[in-house]
Amino acid sequence: MLELNWTALIIFILLFGFITWLGFAAARWRRGDLDQLHEWGLGGRRFGTVITWFLVGGDVYTAYTFIAVPALAFGAGAVAFFAVPYTIIIYPLMFLIFRRLWNVCHKHGYITAGDFVKGRFGNRWLALAVCVTGIVATMPYIALQLVGLQVVIGAMGISGTGLMADMPLFIAFVILAAFTYSSGLRAPASIAIVKDILIYVTAIVAVIVIPYELGGFGKIFAAVPAQKLLLAVPGPNTTGAYSAYATLALGSAFALFLYPHSLTGILSASSGKVIRRNAAMLPGYTFMLGLLALFGFFVIASGVDKLPEYAAGFKQFGNNFAVPALLLHSFPAWFAGVAFAAIGIGALVPAAIMSIAAANLYTRNIHREFINKNPTDKQESHVAKLTSLIVKVGALVFILFVPTQYAIQLQLLGGIWIIQTLPPVMLGAYTRWFNSWAMLVGWAVGTFAGTWMAISVKLTNTFPLHVGDHTFPGYSAVYSVILNLVVAIVLTPIFNAMAANKTPVDQTVAADYQA
Amino acid sequence: MNNTEKKRGGWSWWYLLFVVQFAVALWPPFYNKAEPYLFGIPFFYWFQLLWVIVSAVFTAVVYFAVEE
Repeated sequence: MLELNWTALIIFILLFGFITWLGFAAARWRRGDLDQLHEWGLGGRRFGTVITWFLVGGDVYTAYTFIAVPALAFGAGAVAFFAVPYTIIIYPLMFLIFRRLWNVCHKHGYITAGDFVKGRFGNRWLALAVCVTGIVATMPYIALQLVGLQVVIGAMGISGTGLMADMPLFIAFVILAAFTYSSGLRAPASIAIVKDILIYVTAIVAVIVIPYELGGFGKIFAAVPAQKLLLAVPGPNTTGAYSAYATLALGSAFALFLYPHSLTGILSASSGKVIRRNAAMLPGYTFMLGLLALFGFFVIASGVDKLPEYAAGFKQFGNNFAVPALLLHSFPAWFAGVAFAAIGIGALVPAAIMSIAAANLYTRNIHREFINKNPTDKQESHVAKLTSLIVKVGALVFILFVPTQYAIQLQLLGGIWIIQTLPPVMLGAYTRWFNSWAMLVGWAVGTFAGTWMAISVKLTNTFPLHVGDHTFPGYSAVYSVILNLVVAIVLTPIFNAMAANKTPVDQTVAADYQA
Repeated sequence: MNNTEKKRGGWSWWYLLFVVQFAVALWPPFYNKAEPYLFGIPFFYWFQLLWVIVSAVFTAVVYFAVEE
């Protein structure tokens, strides 16, 4: 068992104490009436370029990313680097599509993707599908953030039996729930700044110091087995690892900005210009993520996975323990404490944004649509605050009582599900050509097919698509959303012909999408 | 005035830079090799990291070209 690391733990607790205070103090930052949903749930749409940079950065590059991407590099090698082309692709999407969405949402007071779809296509059931998909896909994502937190808490040597073992996680979540409830989106926005400073310091120091200790990058890469160093060159009649790599990057990129928490981060920006600027500035994080992925190779080169003192950690957390072990091994305890706090706080920021996003969805597209049609501002924000609590309790229960493996698999399915909302949300920002019922059928077919593909390959990412005697291994999300689009395109003229005289009203006009 | 509005809403040739950015990032055969090494880092890794920077520059170029 790992020994209790007092120095690291004290640093960790001090930094956690600081962000707890900051989270509550954030309620008074750029003060607004927190009894209004757009104030609580979007920070009053007042965040400028810098804050948006931190907030969207906190959304995209989560604690789980910092643990899982290097863990994948450690375990599987080059394929883990797909995270780099993935995050290269997302920013043009943000630049082109999301400033349009920002404009139209700002103009009409839309807070969620469901609001937009309802306004654009006038179909509450399509909006409901978008909303439910968003909530269901977000829940396991929140749970995974807890996995990141669990790993660093374990790395500091905190252990126990039964309920006591889960106490630190429980406390961290009570803190998270309390400041999200009281401060709304302002809390993760302010904490994201602290988190990023810590993460950057950790990454930069580590990427200089560790290669130096290990004798340079040449030696590190020499220690990596040849089959992990590069993608396997595909054999005849298959596109092999190449198509898998490219579709993983592509599918993850499209899925990312369809997640409710991404939209929440983007809609809280103060102008479309802020979003465009951020599209050029956010790749700063991608570069760091690439460096962090290299940590997986540092682990291989340092051989910490073979040291007896870390055997228990690897046994308990698997490859996810690679980064904490490397940090413990390479740095004095106090710096490991800083790094662990960075990861731990890095879990709270996206978890807070995700729970707010899910709460906004429930409040606007389920509660307001189907339960209480005319809430006061106060009632509406109250429902959202309560929902954010319920969502977090759900995630906590999930992670405490269900094996971690299920959370990972559900998150994988979540990516396949969320991408099915692409036609109404992303294409809807450009065109109203699609029939809303055709999109609803497309959504159902895509969801079903994607889930089936994932299950048929035992809940892994890559589905081997056979066409003739050729095989195209690729990310199920990409294949299923193509099917979804085909269905929507084929059915649109048919459905339009069937209901020619009752086209629903589009609340938006072309000018709403421009600055 | 009318002209700028048009440019903001519609297509700009500068967006072709995004196509280049996408095509390179999504074509692994192009960078799936170890040689040449840079500071001991195989091409596969340093090229993709370099492409992050190039992409950011592209996006910034498009931003200034379209915004003005």
